[in-house]
Amino acid sequence: MRERLIRLGFTSGALILALGVTALLISMFDHSPIDVLETAWDGAFKDGRRFSAVVNFWIPLTLASIGLVVTFTAGLWNIGIEGQMIIGAVCASWAGLYFEAPSVILIPTCILLGAIGGMLWGMLAGLLKLRFGVHEIFGGVALNFIAANIAIYFISGPWQPPEGGSAQSTPPFQAAATLPRISDDLQFNLLFLLITIGAIIAIGLLLMFTRWGLTLRAVGKNAQSALLLGVRTERVTLSAFMVCGALGGIAGAHRVLQAYSSLRPSPAGGIGFLALLVVLLISFRAWWVPFIAFALAAIIAGSTRVKTLLQLDQSLAGVLQGLIVLTILIFNGLADRLTRKDHHE
Amino acid sequence: MSDALVNSLNSIVAATTPLVIASIGETITERAGVINLSLNGSILLAAMAGFAAAQTSNSVIIGIGVAAMIGAAVALIIAFAAIELRRDQVAIGFVLTILTADLATFLGKPYVNIPGPRIPNMPIPLLSDIPVVGRIFFDHDLMVYFSFALVLMSWYWMFHTRYGLALRAVGENPQAAFARGTKVNYQRYIYTIIGGALVGVAGAAYSLSVKAGWFANAPMDGDGWIALAIVIFGGWHPFRVILGAYLFAALRRIVADLQSTVDFPLVLLNTLPWILMILTLMMVSSGTLERLTRLLPARLQRQFRNVLRSDPPAAIGTRFDKN
Repeated sequence: MRERLIRLGFTSGALILALGVTALLISMFDHSPIDVLETAWDGAFKDGRRFSAVVNFWIPLTLASIGLVVTFTAGLWNIGIEGQMIIGAVCASWAGLYFEAPSVILIPTCILLGAIGGMLWGMLAGLLKLRFGVHEIFGGVALNFIAANIAIYFISGPWQPPEGGSAQSTPPFQAAATLPRISDDLQFNLLFLLITIGAIIAIGLLLMFTRWGLTLRAVGKNAQSALLLGVRTERVTLSAFMVCGALGGIAGAHRVLQAYSSLRPSPAGGIGFLALLVVLLISFRAWWVPFIAFALAAIIAGSTRVKTLLQLDQSLAGVLQGLIVLTILIFNGLADRLTRKDHHE
Repeated sequence: MSDALVNSLNSIVAATTPLVIASIGETITERAGVINLSLNGSILLAAMAGFAAAQTSNSVIIGIGVAAMIGAAVALIIAFAAIELRRDQVAIGFVLTILTADLATFLGKPYVNIPGPRIPNMPIPLLSDIPVVGRIFFDHDLMVYFSFALVLMSWYWMFHTRYGLALRAVGENPQAAFARGTKVNYQRYIYTIIGGALVGVAGAAYSLSVKAGWFANAPMDGDGWIALAIVIFGGWHPFRVILGAYLFAALRRIVADLQSTVDFPLVLLNTLPWILMILTLMMVSSGTLERLTRLLPARLQRQFRNVLRSDPPAAIGTRFDKN
């Protein structure tokens, strides 16, 4: 009981510190932190349309985060998630631009191609690690930059608009690729929402109750002994990369279909990295993902409004999110230290 | 040698200096058993702050000092979280690399594209008159000479002083080092902070030496990750690290020059540094270098043992508890 109170206190302390530092930075730019907070809150929650923007950040962020729960459980640092999202976005864009079919076929095709693209890109990071000894952090970072350049290549080359390439965007997707929205007020897509909720439940249950989940955890805890106990660690590792990549790819497909309806440079927009922060914050527990992802998605959605109304750069959202994660990790450490001492005495 | 080639080599040396300084800083840190994964963001924040400070105070010295302090402060957070709080170094480093990059963008807004001071060029008398070599290596600013000195000093410190012996022991076998009376965690603090300060100086080298100023799409974004890979390629040895940095920069330059002569989409050429990074890491871990070493006579093998190893410090990323 006392330990719980200490932890709650430290977590609140961390949040207050993160908010305080951010408020200080805002005042340095001659803005009132209260104004910014109000504007951000309005930007995220004022009406159905604004709330929809939060949901539309929440969907890809949650998909990527839930994928990362899988890789982290297997002890893997899949920093390449951003690239897996980008390749997913590129593959979905191909269908959005050129695969002529009615909506009911086209949209699932986009999603499927996104998943396959992301899965293959994730598999590449896995193969580099397993076959060639390239640590997934370095392989992942390199694959991220390569993926970003591949997207730019298609935008400025083969897929450029007929009136000439501006390197800003491909032509808009076919009308059939437009995601149907639930209503005028709730402007998000039901299919993607269901996929996301399904992914949370599926991955959560798979990790808890199946042999695959058990082997993932075994490999993550101690790959050497798992191998000795007969777990095919290479296969498990590769499967983790592929599942995470596929979920990231679907997230990438959502980004291009929902946010732009065309392919643009850096379609993942840092959401993959943000997903890494989500998962670090909750120490890889699947059931927490949707809530933390929601809070961070609201910060992004709010910051777009702050940018338009108050001309504060959107990187402010990243600063606040980074500070929250850093302070919580550090304050958790302080709380650990404190409670550990209690046990000794 | 043609003038064009010499000039081009001269500019490669100038442009690679920040990469050399950052990689040496990280080498020192990792030799003590700590990973500072925040390099990419730290460099961005230090570059921005260094330029901003130099611009405001009109003194590049102050700019470099501020940049060094920022790098050291970020490193201190990692050391503190890892040593005192038992946090995962990689996790803290990753959060910091994201946070510092965003901070650089946010705080650097007022300094984008404005003119500012730059470290003046200072050819070294006599040395710069040597044909070819003089122009390539000794016709630069102080930051470049500092990088040369840094490589030599860090090598001498690591392999020829008892402090260096303690440093390596802390990274390889902290228990043994502790048993011999070395304060393991104290050493780790010191070298993480020094390494971080150097990373900060590398940031200042970008914004005050290579290309003065701060820009919306920071041109050095990504180089922090390359520096981390160069440390691995360099086998945690200063000489191989600087060699790796120059090789990398030279290849990058060749590729950039090719683009004007070869008909190949420019954007795909931009992927080459990253393909190169993957290939070098594949080469290091495949043991190619070790096989090459075995071809050398036994005596030479022993002498080059330090330069040719490719295993990381054995205790890297781990925690040391006295009890």
